[in-house]
Amino acid sequence: MTEVRKFSVGALTRVEGEGALEIHLRGSQVERIELRIYEPPRFFEALLRGRDLREVPDIVARICGICPVAYQMSACQALEKALGMTLPPEISHLRRLLYCGEWIESHTLHMIMLHAPDFLGFENSLEMARKHPDLFDSGLRIRKLGNDLLTILGGRAIHPINIAVGGFYRTPSAERLRGLLHEIVWAKTKLPELLRQMADWNFPQFEQDYQFVSLHEPHEYPLNTGCVAASDGLSIPIEDYEQHFREVHQPHSTALQSLRLPSLTTYLVGPLARFQLCRSQLTPAAASLANQLLGSVPLRNNAFSLLVRGIEVLFAIETAETLIRCYRDHGFPCRVEIPRRSGWGCHATEAPRGLLYHRYEVDEQGQISTATIIPPTSQNQAQIESDLRALVPSLLSASDAEATRACENLIRHYDPCISCATHFLRVRWRQNGTLRREGEPV
Amino acid sequence: MSPPIPAPDVFPNKSPVPAEQSGSNRPKLGVYKFASCDGCQLALLSVENHLRQLADSVEICYFLEASSRIVPGPYDIGIVEGSVTTAHDAERIRGIRRDCRYLIAIGACATAGGIQALRNWANVEEYLSYVYAEPQYIDTLATSTAISEHVPVDFELRGCPIEPQQLLRVISDLLVDRQPRLARHSVCVECKLRQNVCVAVARGIPCLGPITQAGCGAICPSFDRECFGCFGPQENINAASWIGHCRSTDHATSRLVQLLRNVNSYDSHFREAGDGLIAKSISVEPS
Repeated sequence: MTEVRKFSVGALTRVEGEGALEIHLRGSQVERIELRIYEPPRFFEALLRGRDLREVPDIVARICGICPVAYQMSACQALEKALGMTLPPEISHLRRLLYCGEWIESHTLHMIMLHAPDFLGFENSLEMARKHPDLFDSGLRIRKLGNDLLTILGGRAIHPINIAVGGFYRTPSAERLRGLLHEIVWAKTKLPELLRQMADWNFPQFEQDYQFVSLHEPHEYPLNTGCVAASDGLSIPIEDYEQHFREVHQPHSTALQSLRLPSLTTYLVGPLARFQLCRSQLTPAAASLANQLLGSVPLRNNAFSLLVRGIEVLFAIETAETLIRCYRDHGFPCRVEIPRRSGWGCHATEAPRGLLYHRYEVDEQGQISTATIIPPTSQNQAQIESDLRALVPSLLSASDAEATRACENLIRHYDPCISCATHFLRVRWRQNGTLRREGEPV
Repeated sequence: MSPPIPAPDVFPNKSPVPAEQSGSNRPKLGVYKFASCDGCQLALLSVENHLRQLADSVEICYFLEASSRIVPGPYDIGIVEGSVTTAHDAERIRGIRRDCRYLIAIGACATAGGIQALRNWANVEEYLSYVYAEPQYIDTLATSTAISEHVPVDFELRGCPIEPQQLLRVISDLLVDRQPRLARHSVCVECKLRQNVCVAVARGIPCLGPITQAGCGAICPSFDRECFGCFGPQENINAASWIGHCRSTDHATSRLVQLLRNVNSYDSHFREAGDGLIAKSISVEPS
């Protein structure tokens, strides 16, 4: 009789949010793989309706405590497009600086506190800290730099309060920002040292032929703007996003999975995708370190996202330094006035975990009438399942404990943000009792 | 007026909290997530300089976001983030209560239902069909409620997100069996201490500061904007007076209701004030 076997991880650990994994095998055949997301839904898209558009940055921040700025940035820019607003370049620069703070904070949290223990054989970062104090303390010190940037620009690191549609409530102080330059100079030396150590760690050999998707800008590494690009040559304006990608609802999940049209194929967003599509736009030190650590061969192994995150942190630190040195805190309005008009707009930015898409419709009273949010983890979910399907046959001779550990490690390479993935996710619109097809213009 | 909250310098190594059935002599800590954004758990990892000290003072036995190591209960201190929104979670919190000697609810979700409690005024079926293509796959309750509506809670730490130093202070108090005490006065007090110009009086912006509990350092008024109530109502809230002031400056009822119905919307004081405003506006302006 063919042996029936089940690997299951009842509760994924060292990831953001609540999920489980179940893999059913019959002999060497994978019968079923389910990345179960049981995080309860919070219905953000529904509860945003009827709110004043000026409240949106504060409300969508609550989607994620690790990457609130990503939600605020996608939302503000989608709403500004809906209202036909143009912002002065100083505000765009400050937003780029703010996003650098979040990349530094979120990436170092994942690298040091969630991901690194897998490579060094620890169950958590605090145990790791006892054996590798320099790695842990320096990692936290770099993370604090990110949090300090967020605090100066946003008022606090988690759920910043200084972010408005049209700009900022108050112009951040140039003097306080320049006070961070000393830490920035230290981090620019320390981080490459840590990454060189990490590059010597043992990376699992697992390569896939990924379809990468990220924003792309010709002259800078993408954060707040760009066109949507894919490794097969796709390059479209953000406005066409919903014509090329679609979400589907699986029974085992409170999150939808996003797939590429026309043939509903999986794709990958996040650090590896950005790096592959945009590495020639990296800042000098980050580019040179990337060449030393990763060479020029295309990356097909998501375990290396650990190093790519580190390179992106270095990019964010270099970018922050340039922006701070050029910044003057006077001579521009901190906020552009919001016109009273109806309209719709969509925008995407690069959250630490990948492309984050928002679309809003605003009525003449300045209230939200419809909202759509597509977070990065729901886009990666189908790819994670596809990776697991490819990985599991190589684990047949492993013990259950080893096999489940390998699966859980694979999921952790993605830095999944399950709270984010859970709370939106829809495939059709229902408005005034009528159904609207996905991708149809508002 | 309470003095500013000092950061705890030392976590006592020996604690009167019994470390039951443990290989370690440190008190055992469990951290749990319900419906939430993870931001308050993250605050525990954001105490930077105190993190390793904390890890030396308690044994982290259950903290899925931070550790793959799970030590079975019972625990000395349980920290709960998030609100109860599913039948499964309503059951799970009862088990957690049984497992924990002290249970602390942290953040607006765990203490008031969070932003997701806005569904409590809506039709959850309609919300489901708006967000999900296949609503039958989703298990959810019609309401999002605070932990204390399901089990007794020993301490509620407010904020959206919580202030990490306040959490450290509460944990260190519990480690020596001391009743945690935090300021219960309004944001206005902190705002005056920062010498801010009052946004409500000087600029006529409706601000929730006069009836919101301190703890954030009055950051919103310090950034030239209104407080929107992250830390929930202050002790002895006088909502009628606040509404009267806002009315005298011609603010629309709908704006005041939206201020009250935000991250702490389902806290009983904010809820009653908001519901009262709506009931009054209906009786005055019949539709």
